[in-house]
Amino acid sequence: MRTMSSSTVERPTAQGPDRTPGGPTRRTRLRLARLRDLALIPPIIALLVYGYTLKPDLFLTKAYLVDTVLKYQAELALVVLAEALVLIVGKFDLSLESIVGIAPAIAVFMAVGNTDAFGAPWPTWTVLPVALVFGGLVGAFNGLLIVKFKLSAFIVTLAMLIALRGLQLALVGGATISNLANRIPVVDYLGSLRVATLPLSIWIVVLCFAVGIVVLGYTRVGRSLYAVGGNPAAARAAGIRVERVVWVTLIVAGVLASFAGLMLSARLGSVAANQGSGMIFTVFAAAVIGGISLDGGKGSLFGALTGVALLGLIQNVLTLAQVKADQIQAVNGLVILVALVLARLTSGKAQD
Amino acid sequence: MTGHVAKGSTVDQKGGVPAVEAAGIAKRFGPTVALADGNITVLEGETHALVGRNGAGKSTLVGVLTGLLRPEAGTVRFGGEPAPPLDDRAAWRSRVACVYQHPSVVKDLSVAENLFLHRQPRGRLGLISPRRMRAQAAELLESWSVPVDVDLPAAELTVEQRQLVEIAGALSLGARFVILDEPTAQLEARAISRLFDRLRALQASGVTFLFISHHLPEIYEICERVTVFRDARHIVTDTVDNLDRDKLVAAMIGEARGLVQVGADRALVADDAEPVLELSAVTVPGSVREVDLTVRRGEIVGVAGSAASGKRQLAEALAGLRGRTGTVRVAGREIKSGSVRAALDDGIGYLPGDRNIDGFVGGLSVAENATMSIAGELGPAGFVVPGKRDAEARRMIAELDVHTAGPHQPVGELSGGNAQKVVMARALASDPEVLVLVQPTAGVDVRSKESLLGAVDAQTRERRGALLVSDELEDLRVCDRVVVMVAGRIVAEHRRGWDEGRLVAEIEGIGEDNV
Repeated sequence: MRTMSSSTVERPTAQGPDRTPGGPTRRTRLRLARLRDLALIPPIIALLVYGYTLKPDLFLTKAYLVDTVLKYQAELALVVLAEALVLIVGKFDLSLESIVGIAPAIAVFMAVGNTDAFGAPWPTWTVLPVALVFGGLVGAFNGLLIVKFKLSAFIVTLAMLIALRGLQLALVGGATISNLANRIPVVDYLGSLRVATLPLSIWIVVLCFAVGIVVLGYTRVGRSLYAVGGNPAAARAAGIRVERVVWVTLIVAGVLASFAGLMLSARLGSVAANQGSGMIFTVFAAAVIGGISLDGGKGSLFGALTGVALLGLIQNVLTLAQVKADQIQAVNGLVILVALVLARLTSGKAQD
Repeated sequence: MTGHVAKGSTVDQKGGVPAVEAAGIAKRFGPTVALADGNITVLEGETHALVGRNGAGKSTLVGVLTGLLRPEAGTVRFGGEPAPPLDDRAAWRSRVACVYQHPSVVKDLSVAENLFLHRQPRGRLGLISPRRMRAQAAELLESWSVPVDVDLPAAELTVEQRQLVEIAGALSLGARFVILDEPTAQLEARAISRLFDRLRALQASGVTFLFISHHLPEIYEICERVTVFRDARHIVTDTVDNLDRDKLVAAMIGEARGLVQVGADRALVADDAEPVLELSAVTVPGSVREVDLTVRRGEIVGVAGSAASGKRQLAEALAGLRGRTGTVRVAGREIKSGSVRAALDDGIGYLPGDRNIDGFVGGLSVAENATMSIAGELGPAGFVVPGKRDAEARRMIAELDVHTAGPHQPVGELSGGNAQKVVMARALASDPEVLVLVQPTAGVDVRSKESLLGAVDAQTRERRGALLVSDELEDLRVCDRVVVMVAGRIVAEHRRGWDEGRLVAEIEGIGEDNV
């Protein structure tokens, strides 16, 4: 019963605490921990240099980088932002890729589709709000099942992914709603408007990430995402409404994904039956390469953004290097694995 | 620490309004009655012990007292005022705080952020100011003399630092009533005495503590009054002076008899008895240096030492969990280094030091856990015959007196003591030549301790030997011999009947020369 804490022994009193923190090594390590955010910058620079050596006259021009590289990553970046939020709060959302398809499909279908249900055709200004509200509703429904009924987020959103994908096929009828240009103003804006020579979509991504970084880093609500994802019991004891934080995060993610879907439709001028299909794998790859933990409570939005940039550059450089189209996916997968190994080595901790 | 006297409370206010008063608390989880009649009164400024066996209702009472569980009946009052509504966490946190055995910090956030979780100081534009938060956190920790770097992620704190940070955080919220749930369970001796010094200083400045521990001597060391719970009910509350150890144990186990001294009647093992475990020049890089040790048939050899002594690493190396150099022989056969399978096959049964980490699989049944290491012997060609497994498990349940609904109950549902018996059963399942046990009675109640040590005693009366690594003097008393490790080497050896003070001094590395 008796532990070694026996008071029968005089102890030397000068010893003090064993571990007094501080000292130069700790500071260095801390700074290194912050550098984890920047871990992907060197490979990004390397890819830029490699791309330049492949096509010196073209690659580092603004026209190429903006219109061939960045523009095609805008939608992916928004969905990665959404998924990063959900992962940080400690959940999963696989259904985001189906929201990318179904939200614009429904909004566009109600405005210009071949239907008269629910008083259609709706005025074209409804496309944006309808898409966003629909995305938010899907997030809210996921949240209901995950938060209230305590179902596994993975399975709930997987089922939702399948259901929404089917709904979209039924809606679009296997074909594509095309020729949207000049019929829906918001599609025109998102698809072709340029502000200060950059496409609107890129500005939107920059704005969303900027807001996200500030909220996650410097507001109590934002920090509570990390607390909930890291240790829900501690978060609850600290007075954070854990369920509400999770739920709101899922809704915000749904809205962001629907906005990404609208941007994609705008860029293509159409809503394909399979829009967004398969996107979620790239989304997870970008988030995890960017340092977001699948266990929750860890990672930064800036890191996630560098993950997107890295994947986008890899895709482009592979094309420039004339990797055949039918091989590009295999090479892409290998490169992602290499990137994960590198991220694991640079962060020095086990990848989760 | 002095100079931080709480507002409006003085040291000698005992007999005034109690700091906390809970009456008639009832709570059930499904069919299980966790608390039938929970009563406790903690006076202002005292350190009050709450003791009881596992399952007595202590954790449930803590949940109710901290506002995290809603009782079905009963009232809680703080300083005479009714407790705030359950969803007003801020009000609860300003009245009561609890330092749990398991970390209640967010590991990836910094110490500063954990201290100010959900109440981070704001700067310009209403945004959190990390600079201000770090400064306030540093100031807070300094005012309670807690030497911890506020930029450190909470995951990197030691148990001791983490507890101090949690206590400081609680006090900064205004709480002057702190519940400590087995705070000493994972601390080594020096850290425990530092913690107690600190608790006394805080008590002198007006902080009230509710102290939960399985280590009864600690209760006599720092508590003034003690409350005993048994079978979900309040049994007795009295001063520690009026309730000596035998009475306390009797109240806990509900019988008017104290614990028997397990192993007191063990036969002397002859020096020329056949060795069953022989270590020669065993070295584990970084922790164990050239240890020679022999365990004979029918002998229990205890290994004592501080957390840094390497005793645990030695046990893990024997179990095959760590690589080592040097030779280990079991009944004459040399064992391959670094292979758990080899250790098992050649007759080493291992009971790991923290059952919650590598002791059992909570979702699997008692039978599956107990027979995990011998699954290959329970049927032909890799199949496990359920009937055979259950029969084996029933035999073990009876032999070790595991209180369970049957072989099919998940181990996660058992109390700590019974779960530990299942882990013991697994260690014994392969019918080993020698048992290697690490902290076999950690975090189990008095009665379970007795039956676990009794099992070790009974299992080693004939041909089997045991190596028992422990911090608990009670465990070591069962041993026929005790060796002391300091800094990876064996520095002393004692026969049964050793002197407690001397052993502790040796463990602490302040042997005879310095005493």
